[in-house]
Amino acid sequence: MENENIIEIKNLNKWYGDFHVLKDINLNVKKGEIIVVCGPSGSGKSTMIRCINYLEQFQEGSIVVDGIDVVDDVKKIKSLREDVAMVFQHFNLFPHLSIKDNLTLSPIWVKKQPKKDATATAMKYLERVGIADQADKYPNQLSGGQQQRVAIARSLCKNPNVMLFDEPTSALDPEMVSEVLDVMVELAQEGRTMICVTHEMGFAKKVADRVIFMDAGQIVEENTPNEFFENPESDRLKLFLDQILSH
Amino acid sequence: MAIYQEKQARVAPSGSKGIVHWLKDNLFSSPTNTVLTILGILFLYSIIPPFVQWAYTDATFTGDSRAQCTGDGACWTFVKMKMDMFMYGFYPEDQVWRLQTGIGLFIFVIASFKFLKSTKLKILILNLYFFIAFVLVNGGLFGLEHIPTDKWGGLMLTIVVAAVGIVCSFPIGIIIAFGRASNLPIIKSVCITYVEFIRGVPLITILFMSSIILPLFFPEGMTFDKLLRALIGITLFQAAYVAEIIRGGLQSISSGQYEAADAIGLSYWQKMLLVILPQALKVAIPNLVGAFISLLQDTTLVLIIGLFDLLAMVRITAADSNWLGMETEGYVFVTFVFWAFCYGMSRYSQKLEKQFDTNLN
Amino acid sequence: MMRALRNQKVRGILFQLLTVIGLVAFLWYIGSNTISNIEQRGIRTGFDFLTGTAGFGIDETPIVYNETSTHGRVFLVGLANTLIIGFVGILLSTIFGLFIGVLRLSNNWLIKKLAAAYIDIFRNIPVLLQILFWYNIFVKTFPSPRQSIEIFAGVFISNRGLYMPQPSLNATTISVIVSIFIAIIGIIFLNKWANKQKENTGKDFPVFLISIGTIITLPIIAYFMSGANFAFDYPVLKGFNFRGGKTISPEFLALTFALVIYTATFIAEAVRSGIEAVSKGQKEAAASIGLTEYQALKFVVLPQAIRIAIPPTINQYLNLIKNSSLAAAIGYPEIVTVFAGTSLNQVGQAIEIIAMTMLVYLTISLVVSAILNWFNHKMKIKER
Repeated sequence: MENENIIEIKNLNKWYGDFHVLKDINLNVKKGEIIVVCGPSGSGKSTMIRCINYLEQFQEGSIVVDGIDVVDDVKKIKSLREDVAMVFQHFNLFPHLSIKDNLTLSPIWVKKQPKKDATATAMKYLERVGIADQADKYPNQLSGGQQQRVAIARSLCKNPNVMLFDEPTSALDPEMVSEVLDVMVELAQEGRTMICVTHEMGFAKKVADRVIFMDAGQIVEENTPNEFFENPESDRLKLFLDQILSH
Repeated sequence: MAIYQEKQARVAPSGSKGIVHWLKDNLFSSPTNTVLTILGILFLYSIIPPFVQWAYTDATFTGDSRAQCTGDGACWTFVKMKMDMFMYGFYPEDQVWRLQTGIGLFIFVIASFKFLKSTKLKILILNLYFFIAFVLVNGGLFGLEHIPTDKWGGLMLTIVVAAVGIVCSFPIGIIIAFGRASNLPIIKSVCITYVEFIRGVPLITILFMSSIILPLFFPEGMTFDKLLRALIGITLFQAAYVAEIIRGGLQSISSGQYEAADAIGLSYWQKMLLVILPQALKVAIPNLVGAFISLLQDTTLVLIIGLFDLLAMVRITAADSNWLGMETEGYVFVTFVFWAFCYGMSRYSQKLEKQFDTNLN
Repeated sequence: MMRALRNQKVRGILFQLLTVIGLVAFLWYIGSNTISNIEQRGIRTGFDFLTGTAGFGIDETPIVYNETSTHGRVFLVGLANTLIIGFVGILLSTIFGLFIGVLRLSNNWLIKKLAAAYIDIFRNIPVLLQILFWYNIFVKTFPSPRQSIEIFAGVFISNRGLYMPQPSLNATTISVIVSIFIAIIGIIFLNKWANKQKENTGKDFPVFLISIGTIITLPIIAYFMSGANFAFDYPVLKGFNFRGGKTISPEFLALTFALVIYTATFIAEAVRSGIEAVSKGQKEAAASIGLTEYQALKFVVLPQAIRIAIPPTINQYLNLIKNSSLAAAIGYPEIVTVFAGTSLNQVGQAIEIIAMTMLVYLTISLVVSAILNWFNHKMKIKER
């Protein structure tokens, strides 16, 4: 049971018009695994994880998440998105709703919970990310780091089995990156399945089970964090590591 | 632990590109969409063929009198025979060459702008052109016969009103915008009152005011040409809108620019004219073109106060007893002329907006 | 003293002083000329003319008016007609503009292009031209009353207008109207109760269906219970024209039609820019927390889109009201046509009359601006 694959991606291919953006992606993720995906911009890493919760459609191949086939079926997509949560680079909080309302929106209208229960859950997760005192404020009144933590709390509210992170700290000022990474590290240590697209190597070394390098639409290399950073094998990875580690 | 061979890019599967796929995606992607597409086609079918039949297939293009218009379609012969009136109003036929020279000169001036670098030179040439054009149209100098303004009409009058409106409202609008942005309370409130007053009332009331009330403001002897009254009304009206647009441009300039200009010792007017205004205008250009399109459309209102612009010509030409009942052809023709000008200007403004966007980045 | 002149504050005050003096001098010059000109031409001053007899007829009078009415009454009739056109125009152009705006964003290529073509065509034709064009079409191509087309039972269209049956104010009519009011109030309370239910138990309640059902069945029940007879006054062709029933003049039709078609293009663009301004990320976030497309629209996209679309839309309402003054070209008796037109011609007191007319529009503008400011303040997205 423990070593079952929770995500199985087989021969995933995607084209934007004539441009072959994902080439034969094959990836299996076990329950509780922490995967970090990195690579140069344009390598398709964001596109790949957005296929997992069907924000992007693909032409060839198959994805199965927690037993659900990712296909164009409204019912399947609904249960898929209850199981898979996403944290975006630009937070995407709803600016016209308070922090609390941002979190209770889905439980009330999708899960049909009474307002009291939804609020209790929301406050619990806001506490979890250390931001409960801002519950009645509005997103634009918070700093970037605080907003991203709220976004993480929002995705925790439905207790997902899989969490996807699409460059969660890339839009933050440097001094706020660690407050978000700290939350992510705690989540990882709780045993959640996480796939993170990020350049934060410290995070990868600390919690990742596997690090995957993507370039030009395909997976080029994957390894344990130590081997990945100390002994890169492919030339492309060596070049990439040189570039990002040079400062 | 694992590295992988490099994979080649493959061609996209045939189901995801090509014309069949495009049709499926854009027109027939769902039952609702299919129904909508069919409704759309039916709608087009019910409008376009009848119109084409009236305007082209059944229409008469040749001949020189009503008798030749025998078919069910449009009688374009009417427009052809009355073209001089549509274009030049009541301008004497033997003097029309003056108007045509004016247009030719204008095209020449615009073409020459491509080769000129200095903005100062361009402005100088433009001013010279306006003087020459005025002399050509109005006469009274250099042996040219004076043509009174009640003979001006048609498209030529529309252009005169629009051109004068644009050129004169621009500097006035700039001054009012400066006044509104200034710190001096009296100047500021006078400008705000002016702008809010003009924006709150319809243009027709301003035109009534300038054509009926304005003569009362001045001593008995001073007569105001009817066209001049309309021009004053339109200019004062447009200046308020230009002022608001330029104010928007001024607001987009960061205070750092003002500070830098002060720091290098420029006076108020030097600062505004050399540093701030050029930047504000750049930002405001797309909106300014939009305002000028509105002005062109607003010139039609002069028909209500008794001037014979292009739109007024429809009723006037159709009142000729030889050509009764031709209003529809007249309206369709005039609609096309206005639409062509306004659409052309709006495309130009979109082009400018794109240019400006890329300049910023 | 020279040093004082170099002081910025002093220069500012001096400049303003000069401006004030200049303005006052100019106004004095104008004022004295005006007074002497008025005396010379024998034009009266003051507002007495408002009690003088107007002596002309008006075709459309929502309030009581006849040839012996005063100019003051003319003013009120004109004002009423302006407000009526404004109200009808705003209502119809909002609905139509919303419709076109949504079509403009459709993912059906044909529909999208049709909507865009509509906007590009009618936005670039002067509104006065559109008014004259449609008036010409209505008056020229519609048949004469004797050959009018019956659209459906009792509704006729001819070049003298649109005729329809008018219900009389009897038991049936009144009970149907009252029942509609009751239905609306009931729906409001139902909404409140359903919201409370949702908060407490989380369960949805089919409010929409029940509301539709109520607003249809309640009036029907009222109709049958009160005699089932509206006692319509039907328009009947007598001689060359219709008598009885309600007539809508071709002037009103042409003016409304043109204003709605023109204004709807701008409202459509406002709707479009509002919806497009909501970033893609918002829709994605809504999707990834499990909201359906409809829920995402209702809770995330539309609330943000409306904040952006409403200010320009309200501006367009103002423009529509101002553009209604163009009725002067086709003789629809709104305030500019009858008061600043006919009355002015008779009485000659241009300054008073035009000032009163401008005051009406200024008041309407101020009211609309105030509404806009209130709306903006209420909907403001809170920032740091």
